[in-house]
Amino acid sequence: MTKATLKQLSQQLAAGAVSGVELATQYLDRIEALNPQLNAVITVDRAKTLAEAAAADSARAAGTAGPLAGVPILHKDIFCQQGWKTSCGSRMLDNFISPYDAHVVEQCRAAGLVTLGRANMDEFAMGSSNENSFYGPVKNPWDLNAIPGGSSGGSAAAVAARLAPVATATDTGGSIRQPASHCGVTGIKPTYGVVSRYGMVAFASSLDQGGPIAQTAEDCALMLNVMAGFDERDSTSLERDKEDYTRQLDRPLNGLRVGLPREYFAAGLDADVARIVDEAVSELKKQGAQVVEVSLPNTELSIPAYYVIAPAEASTNLSRYDGVRYGHRAAEYKDLVDMYEKTRAEGFGDEVKRRILVGSYVLSHGYYDAYYLKAQKIRRLIANDFTAAFEQCDVILGPVAPTAAFNLGQLSSDPVQMYLSDIYTLSVNLAGLPGMSVPAGFDRNGRPVGLQIIGNYFSEATMLNVAHQFQLATDWHSRAPAL
Amino acid sequence: MSLTHQDVARIAKLARISVNDEEIAAVGEKLNNIFGLIEKMQAVNTDGIEPMAHPQDVSLRLREDVVTQTNQREAFQAVAPQVEKGLFLVPKVIE
Amino acid sequence: MKWEVVIGLEVHVQLNTKTKIFSGTSTAFGAEPNTQASAVELAFPGVLPVMNKAVVDKAIRLGLALDARINQKNVFARKNYFYPDLPKGYQISQMELPIVEGGKLVILVGEEEKTVRVTRAHMEEDAGKSLHEDFQGMTGIDLNRAGTPLLEVVSEPDMRSAEEAVAYARTLHTLVTWLGICDGNMQEGSFRVDANVSVRPFGQQEFGTRREIKNLNSFRFLEQAIKYEIQWQIDTLEDGGRVEQATVLFDPDSGETRMMRSKEDAHDYRYFPDPDLLPVRISGAQIEAIRADMPELPGAMKARFVDAFGVSAYDAALLTSSRATAEFFEAVASASAQGKLAANWINGEIAARLNREGKDIGACPISAERLIGLIVRIADNTLSSKLAKQVFDALWESDLTADAIIERDGLKQVSDVGAIEKMVEEAIAANPKAVEEFRAGKEKALNALAGQVMKASKGKANPAQVQDILRQKLS
Repeated sequence: MTKATLKQLSQQLAAGAVSGVELATQYLDRIEALNPQLNAVITVDRAKTLAEAAAADSARAAGTAGPLAGVPILHKDIFCQQGWKTSCGSRMLDNFISPYDAHVVEQCRAAGLVTLGRANMDEFAMGSSNENSFYGPVKNPWDLNAIPGGSSGGSAAAVAARLAPVATATDTGGSIRQPASHCGVTGIKPTYGVVSRYGMVAFASSLDQGGPIAQTAEDCALMLNVMAGFDERDSTSLERDKEDYTRQLDRPLNGLRVGLPREYFAAGLDADVARIVDEAVSELKKQGAQVVEVSLPNTELSIPAYYVIAPAEASTNLSRYDGVRYGHRAAEYKDLVDMYEKTRAEGFGDEVKRRILVGSYVLSHGYYDAYYLKAQKIRRLIANDFTAAFEQCDVILGPVAPTAAFNLGQLSSDPVQMYLSDIYTLSVNLAGLPGMSVPAGFDRNGRPVGLQIIGNYFSEATMLNVAHQFQLATDWHSRAPAL
Repeated sequence: MSLTHQDVARIAKLARISVNDEEIAAVGEKLNNIFGLIEKMQAVNTDGIEPMAHPQDVSLRLREDVVTQTNQREAFQAVAPQVEKGLFLVPKVIE
Repeated sequence: MKWEVVIGLEVHVQLNTKTKIFSGTSTAFGAEPNTQASAVELAFPGVLPVMNKAVVDKAIRLGLALDARINQKNVFARKNYFYPDLPKGYQISQMELPIVEGGKLVILVGEEEKTVRVTRAHMEEDAGKSLHEDFQGMTGIDLNRAGTPLLEVVSEPDMRSAEEAVAYARTLHTLVTWLGICDGNMQEGSFRVDANVSVRPFGQQEFGTRREIKNLNSFRFLEQAIKYEIQWQIDTLEDGGRVEQATVLFDPDSGETRMMRSKEDAHDYRYFPDPDLLPVRISGAQIEAIRADMPELPGAMKARFVDAFGVSAYDAALLTSSRATAEFFEAVASASAQGKLAANWINGEIAARLNREGKDIGACPISAERLIGLIVRIADNTLSSKLAKQVFDALWESDLTADAIIERDGLKQVSDVGAIEKMVEEAIAANPKAVEEFRAGKEKALNALAGQVMKASKGKANPAQVQDILRQKLS
């Protein structure tokens, strides 16, 4: 049963072929058996999970349950969940039991989804390899020597290893798409403002966006129906009518205009990744899509712009971790300032500290215009590039990352090389556009490679349609690693 | 540009993160590599471009002035490092 | 050397909203520590600010009253610094685009009017409180005040003396309470003043180096602190020293200012637009709706009182020192048609008594209606000024009307010519020496005789009539 998709599980629960408690037990057992190799899940609480599952079963029996009631889900440890440790992958919050639920968690609860546990992640979502977790790195289920990608590495690895049918995740610079690509699963980051950030521990407020990781595009559409929606507690949440993200899944791709940005296929792209993306494009062409070449000339600038804006916002978002009201406090200190400095030096890992320092520097007196303001202007140029491109096409296709997953430890001491590998994902966050990753093949080492689909604002249903049609014709998404 | 030892010490102080002298050298080297990457921005002419602070060009929603929160001190202070008589305790603040 | 003083003020006006600026938590004063601190005020992970509309409305009200520009697009920024009473590690404030810019406030210094330019007013959140009593050698943090909405009103350095600074602060205090946007309670910290003070040789163009005196919460401390600071700066310069830019605190016990931090330790606040909040946009219609709802402002009312009721500019200024006083006056003056009398009583006896008893006009035991009753009886000569004072005292102590008191105590002024003539004749007969002196040209002797008549009438005889009849009888 643990190989099934969300859609299939929902059907089997409806048919009474399995109960929520049975499903939860099967997944918990699988987590217990396989997670020690993967480290994808950092908190489980069997009693809590089974209680939620029993409640979902009762609701089903009473006829008050929604279609997903009883389906298990794993939450990225960035979403606050009442009564659960919400660590965000950090020693700083290692003792933090959240007193409240994030909007995303509330929505999942309301749909009757059953919490299996909490997924490992890069500390405060800062990283592209999941090597920055206080709880240790996550391993890629396809190759235990490879990174799973980050920062939602635990979510992606867990879905790939079938430890959960679906997981929540967040994406600030590629943190849903890149691990989904590296783990051979499907993930979507919606348009900024579609999923509420309330209760999602902030990394970079103007870039962060929640979304699902699942086996298929159809499952992602079902999950987005649960996760999306206006929330008055987030001032950047958009007031829009509720959408059914599954509504266009079955539409044929005839006449779809697909844009290929020439900058995404330039030097630095691994030959296998290029071939896999080409083959995926050919498949869509076969289904009637028309290919146009587009240009996103400022793509390279997305790296410096992002690595100014994201650390700047993060540096102040993380100032609240001061050891006063919750979280880690240093055991010994001379005075108040010493308490702050030791608490933060001990509570944060190296990458988080680096980004706080970079962010503090670019905002500091005399440097603001040269860095922060400059980066915001470049951000505008990048957004303008997409506006121009979407005049010629309906979706943009390209690679998610320049290579398949690299080895654990390969780049962990070289932040700059790590940052450079985010080249194809950062612009989407800077512009606030939706983006997704769909399994599209394997490189020479047998590591998965995803196809990136970028849509115009609020075109998630179109992107999911493209992905679903692709998945009807391919089986990359249904392959699972041998564990 | 290049961050000096003093620059790193200054921003670490601003950010309230203790860094000892040996760490400063190592941290400084990594930061300088990162700024090497960031400096590529400076080559681009951005005259007349309006800075973009936010993905959507929308205005702030305003909330009615109505009390919606109730006292949850007990729940909130359950996770606090040190409290007494309902107050959060910190090392003596000297003004 | 002659020195010129230059002062600019930054005033933190706490707005009297029901809830905090960024959450639906109550702002009521005096609750148990941290019981009015929600997850937003405590800066829990993942919580976000949601802006209170009433704060924007109140800021616009003040902007219009200051004749300022309302920025129809204004932006919140983060001001970053670490302090235990600032849970997020930054204060949400406004920097580059505040809601209000370029206003002015007319103040009265002695009898002179002066216009002080107001640079800006911006919306921001208040911090919590640090309690320094000993908790095992530690400081206690109460975040009930955190997130209370503030308007920081910043003036140009237009003031030239402590008196002008106090007049500006008082006028602004009157205005914000008049507009109903602040309760004005200075003990509770609803109106707090920072003063930037510098001195320069007379005639010098450029400003001297300023020092900022923080957090003055009474007009008396404001005056004392500025005066001390001015003298300190002048003494320092005349002794050949230099004034360094600094932030200082005023110690009310010693009456001195002392350094809190120098420019070298000045914070680097790393301001930048808050990405959790979008720009505030205000429509022209919203501004016009608020304009239409504005009360008549103190300046306009003052001019009207001079015009309509014939009171002096000085009296009118006192009467418009609060909206309640102005409304009280207007009710009395209109109904009695005795503007000057009403002004005299309100600015005189009533103000003195209230001041003595530490009350404000809202707590005045004499209602406008009962004061009207008194003034009408003065105007129609029923009461002499002496009797009026007696009636006033009785009004203050009871709930009776002036007429009832006059009736009860038999205080009606005697204006009956026959009765007064009789008493005058008796006085002349009983005081031959005084009569003689008056006839010899000693005017003062007449007063002695009049005094005898008044005494005989128990103070009720109409004094003017007594004088007239005395002269008549003695001529």
